[in-house]
Amino acid sequence: MAGAALSGRVTWRVGTVVALHDETTTARTIAFHVPDWPGHVAGQHVDVRLTASDGYSAVRSYSIASAPNSEKHVELTVERLPDGEVSPYLTQDIAVGDRLELRGPIGGWFVWRAQQTEPIQLLAGGSGLVPLMAMIRSRGAAGNTAPFRLLYSVREPEAILYRDELKALSDHDGTLTLTFAYTRVAPKDWPRPPGRIDAVLIAHTTWPSDLSPTCYVCGPTPFVESAASLLIAAGHDPNRIRTERFGATGEPR
Amino acid sequence: MGIISRGFSGRRQSADVKLPPGQYLTTDFPVLSAGPTPHVPLDGWEFTISDGANILQRWDWTSFRELPTDTVTVDLHCVTRWSKLGTSWEGVSLDTVLAEVKTDAAYAFVHSYGDYTTNLPLKDLKNKQAWIAFRFDGKDLAAEHGGPARLLVPHLYLWKSAKWVRGITLLQQDMPGFWESLGYNNYGDPWREQRYQGE
Amino acid sequence: MSSQSDDYLDGNAAAGELSNIFAIDITAAEGQCAHCGATKHFAEAHLYTQAPGFVARCATCQHVLLRVVTVNQRVLLDMRGMTYLMFDTSRLHDSGQ
Repeated sequence: MAGAALSGRVTWRVGTVVALHDETTTARTIAFHVPDWPGHVAGQHVDVRLTASDGYSAVRSYSIASAPNSEKHVELTVERLPDGEVSPYLTQDIAVGDRLELRGPIGGWFVWRAQQTEPIQLLAGGSGLVPLMAMIRSRGAAGNTAPFRLLYSVREPEAILYRDELKALSDHDGTLTLTFAYTRVAPKDWPRPPGRIDAVLIAHTTWPSDLSPTCYVCGPTPFVESAASLLIAAGHDPNRIRTERFGATGEPR
Repeated sequence: MGIISRGFSGRRQSADVKLPPGQYLTTDFPVLSAGPTPHVPLDGWEFTISDGANILQRWDWTSFRELPTDTVTVDLHCVTRWSKLGTSWEGVSLDTVLAEVKTDAAYAFVHSYGDYTTNLPLKDLKNKQAWIAFRFDGKDLAAEHGGPARLLVPHLYLWKSAKWVRGITLLQQDMPGFWESLGYNNYGDPWREQRYQGE
Repeated sequence: MSSQSDDYLDGNAAAGELSNIFAIDITAAEGQCAHCGATKHFAEAHLYTQAPGFVARCATCQHVLLRVVTVNQRVLLDMRGMTYLMFDTSRLHDSGQ
């Protein structure tokens, strides 16, 4: 294990699809077995490379959704974009048994390690939830009880990723607090009308800055810029805010 | 080459028309940029021709728009492999812009609002090969596509058609621009597939 | 539709490409902008990827920090926009160990 950590270079590896699970009508989780996977930390991502028979290739980055584990198991959750070149293939065409190239794990700054004990504030915009879910799952797997809050901005109830798992966690774990912020369509009788996150929501549902939480913000670039600004305006130290931007269309890179 | 991904072909369309080697047809108009979109108010816009020491010609938006224009239909070829055919532009020909300029410089160094630059032989800007374009598809050129005005040099890869063009410096010695200085071909003829240095 | 000035990612998205040449994860490295002096983690740089190469710009002043072009087996890297990049060599590429 130590050998893998010291190997230095990040290389392309081949993963075999072992399971597929549709999270929503447009998002799918793909589970890979990667025999030479060196392990990963929550928050990291992989690059996926697809190659056509004529040699044409396309590379896209996807956050790892699964918690660190020792089973060489890597899960990605991919959102299908209407004009995407890669996401339609990953969410509709691939099958169990297919082999794909993955490069990773990548990233050492936008990570949460199970040794961390401070309060954690997670802000997710749409599919930006994926690396934050890896953090939540990592916390569960490690038995870490650091207080976590998640503010999850999502278009509408049908777009919620990992809905059942989030509900179970929220119901049973008193140290994990979950708030949904619907931006386009809210459930019937929802107390807050649909809209983007704002200072009021931040004030009511996120950790106050005097607790010095570490904040992780992930989602499309406009969401990240807005959410990070709101956190700073609420008094959070910019050095305690970590961000990862997906493209304005939601597909990283 | 990586392992083949079963059933993957990407978004490329086959074309019935002949495209330069390695290009794929697109019907949309991808926006590629090396930086934030500059927003240039028209009352501050200018276009200059300089020899490095002196400004030889200068237009503000008003005087620029008094120049005669051409409407042309051209094909665009981007080094990132997409081609868009039959695009319609209105602009001022570089022949018009350079008409009063007396120079023995052989090279043009093009600079834009923002920090983008590109270079090409001066002769490639002449003889109905290049325009300062300000309208695309019948409408004012959008900022994301280079408006208020961009260079348009369709016989070369599109990175030579500098968006948000601001001026040209005439040089005796060629000087590589933003992408030319980092591995891209100094000239960039799509029909000879001159994408990178050393081709 | 987002405004065009929002069409950037951040340094996290360059890490895979740069892992071809850096043995150490670049996102956690701290860099100083040669133009304005701002010091931030490379992950915080504004990254423009919709281009013939990657361009990382200072989040404070927008000057180019780093440019990288990958052509077949060649990687060209221009880092003139940074006064320095500071790496923690005890980390290398993190795989959770």
